This record gives sequence, C-alpha cells and structure tokens, in this order.
Amino acid sequence: MSSIAAAPPQNRAPGFWASTNGKKIVMAVTGAILFAFVVGHLAGNLQIYEGPQKLNAYGRFLHSIGELLWPVRILLLTCVGLHITATAQLALRAKRARPVGYSRRQAIASSYASRTMYWSGPIVLAFVIFHLLNLTAGYIHPGGAFVEGDVYHNVVSGFQVWWVSAWYIFSIGLLGLHLRHGLWSMFQSVGIHQPRYAAAMKSAAFAIALLIVLGYISIPISVLLGLVK
Amino acid sequence: MRLTLKIWRQKGAADKGGFVRYPVDRVDGEMSMLECLDVLNESLIEKGEEPIAFEHDCREGICGSCGFMIGGVAHGPMPATTVCQLTMRHFKDGQELVIEPWRAAAFPVIKDLIVDRRAFDRIIASGGYISVSTGNAPDGNAHPVGKEMADRAMDAAACIGCGACVAACPNASAALFTGAKIAHLNLLPQGKPEKDRRALRMVGQMNAEGFGNCTNIGECTAVCPKEIPLEVIAIMNRDYLRASVVRREELVAAIAPVSGWDVGGKS
Ligand code: FES
Repeated sequence: MSSIAAAPPQNRAPGFWASTNGKKIVMAVTGAILFAFVVGHLAGNLQIYEGPQKLNAYGRFLHSIGELLWPVRILLLTCVGLHITATAQLALRAKRARPVGYSRRQAIASSYASRTMYWSGPIVLAFVIFHLLNLTAGYIHPGGAFVEGDVYHNVVSGFQVWWVSAWYIFSIGLLGLHLRHGLWSMFQSVGIHQPRYAAAMKSAAFAIALLIVLGYISIPISVLLGLVK
Repeated sequence: MRLTLKIWRQKGAADKGGFVRYPVDRVDGEMSMLECLDVLNESLIEKGEEPIAFEHDCREGICGSCGFMIGGVAHGPMPATTVCQLTMRHFKDGQELVIEPWRAAAFPVIKDLIVDRRAFDRIIASGGYISVSTGNAPDGNAHPVGKEMADRAMDAAACIGCGACVAACPNASAALFTGAKIAHLNLLPQGKPEKDRRALRMVGQMNAEGFGNCTNIGECTAVCPKEIPLEVIAIMNRDYLRASVVRREELVAAIAPVSGWDVGGKS
C-alpha cells in the first residue's frame, strides 16, 4: 500500500438487528414479555391449592377464550424464537471475538447467575418442551393416564413421579438464576440505569426470582409430601 | 523479593507464541510492574536475548498505553490501577505471575504483550468529536453546564482507552469504552447537536469491529483503572435506541477495519 493517507474504506454500518445493542434490546423486550407469562402462569397454577374445581375451571376458562389464547401463544412463541435467535447469534459472535483464550482468567465482579445464562437458558427451554408434552399435550405422562381437561388430576399424578418433580424443581431453580440476572439486565439493555437505584434493583431482581422459584416448586413439593392429592 | 514471571512471548502476528518463565531476583517493593519488566529486559539484553515488548508512555496512569493480564486479571489485582502504577509490594516473595496480552479478535497481538488497539481509534473517529466554529475561542460560560452533569461527563471522560474492559469481558465487548466515549459528549450541551448521529455512528463502528456483545455482567468496570461506571453502557444503549427510532438519514457508514500492522507505512 502507498503511504498516501487515502480515506479508509467505508462500509455500511450494521443496522439495528445486526448490531449487538439492537439484539440485546430485542432480548430485553422479549424477555420482559416472557417474564410476564411466568408470573401469570404462576398465578394460575397456585389455584391448585383451592382444589380441583377451581383449577379445572381455570383450565376450561383458558380454553374457552380461544380467540385470545392463540394470539397469546403466538406472541409467546415469537418471543421465545427471537430471544433464542438473538442469543445464539450473540454467543457465536462472542466466541469469534476471542479466538485465542486466556491461559488463566479470574472473574472478579460478575455473579454466578450472569455467567451461566448460556446454560440456564437452553436447559429451561428443554424443560418447557418437556413440560408442554407432559401437562399440556399429554404425550409424555408417566404416573397414570392423562385426562384431557382434568388439569388437577394430570398435575398431581404427574408430580407423584419423583423424577418428574425433581426435573421440574431443578429447571425452575435455573429459571430463577436466569431471572435473577435477566430482570436487572433488561433495564440496562434498554438504557435505564440510575446509580441510586442500581443496588435496590439488583436486590429486587433477586427477591422476585426467589419468590417465583418458591411459588413454582411449592406445587411438586406439596404433591410429593401428600399435601395435595 | 524474588518473583517468577511467566510471560507470553510472540514474535509477531504470524507467530504462534507461547509462555516463557523468567526468574527475577532483586525485585523491589517500590518498583512498578513496568519497572520490574525493565529490570528483566536489561538482563535479557545483557544476555543477548530479545527484550520483552510492552507498551508504555506516561507511566503515571493517565495515557492508557500500558496494560496486560496479570494472573487472569486485567492490570493486575489492585482496583483502579494501571500496570504502570501497580507496585510490586502487592505481590508475595516467591510468587509466580502469569503475564499475557489482552486477548480479543479486535486486538490482534503485534508482539509479545503489545496488541493493536486501532479499533478504538476508529470508534473515536466515527463520532467522538464535537463541531466547533473556528475563530475566537468561545466564551467559557456560553453554555451553562450544571455541576452534576459536568461531573458525570467528566467521570465518563476519564476513560484512557487502555482496553482492559475488552480484555476482562468474557465476550470481548467494547461496550464500556464506547459507552464512555458516547456518554462523555452526549451528556454535555456541546455534544447535543450531533448526539443521535454520534450514538448511531459509534455504535455502528463498534459493531463493525470484531468485538462481542455486552451481557451486563460488570467485569469491565471492575478492572477499569478509571472506574468507569456501568451506567455509561446504559447511556449508550438509550441514546442508540432513541437515535434508531428518530433517525431520518440513510444508514451511516462505518470505517472498514484495517488489518495488518504495516498498512500506511512505506512499502
Ligand atoms: S503508561 Fe500511561 S497509563 Fe500506564
């Protein structure tokens, strides 16, 4: 090359979706929607403590609003798809960004939850697929027959199988870890950060994640202890 | 004090490189890490060996030239300290220190501990400036700036561009650096006219380079010698989001990364 300082070659800058920042914003928004589902689903599930009538009526109610149920399902599926696509692309990019690794590396500030997002995410996804086949479609239902419409029966007989409960509790624990980082991180990704509230927001993310984990795992634990039959 | 330095040696970009162990006697606690390397280099030169290449300039923690990993932590174990300011008294007699360069695709190794950080220069060139009229210097108080804003902008402007944030990030992301450079101008009235364009262009350039994405985990700010807060990344994201929504012009151009160290020289 000559030593004349020619203008450096110009490229089109990456657009919104092509940029890492844009993808993270998409992940934050889809993550927030999926979180809303996690909360709503928990609120529905906890009706198991009010007896079979209440829970089955709730199940029937969800199916009776079919015009609404499908748009919501499509929205959730879209969010899952976008969240995963963005993550996969970003993970590949991050791998390319450090082709030669360190011989030694020490994490000095990050939380365990934040460093394991790439693990907690896929395992939770595998769980959700199993969970849908187990309790929504009934294709995999160890512990007795799957009775269409009898939500209460299906849940209780499903959780009486120890490994179904164990897998459930383990996955919900990982979901908790995922939320612990994600609930805080999504604000950062869309550009909301006020140092005065940062510590409080992290604690709130932890508390909310913990409550959600406790709420969900209370169900298989109650079934296994025989409190819900 | 006696130390063993296990240092990454690499002749050039094409060389594979590897670690070499160097025992260093008579290390004084008052020496800086770079002075310790100077002592080692003197002995290597005496023996007719190639001295270890490392970058340095001010040696007072303000220029951002120096930096490498010590024991897996960028700039070593002391917070808010560059390697030129890191004194050897923080290490124990007989300790072995593993010293290696920043590792990132966007920071290719030039030699030993020196990496090519021109990606940072290209990010700055893409939008890290403000437009001022030539002629008389503008009146100092023409733009009233609140103390609080001035402090925040100053905190962001403290970034010396050493690259430790990229080195410490598990994704090799340049979010903290780019965030600091965007925030320090975008927070001030002088930076307002080009605010949106700056966010778009600097984020665009950052993404045109081989850096990874930010996962908001905070390793960067923990090793930053200037303790740039994580908030600057949120400011970058906010300004980028806003600019993406309101922008009217076509996509901004990014400067294509120039690879190879000798580009622009005589050849
Ligand atoms: S040599 Fe200038 S910051 Fe270390």
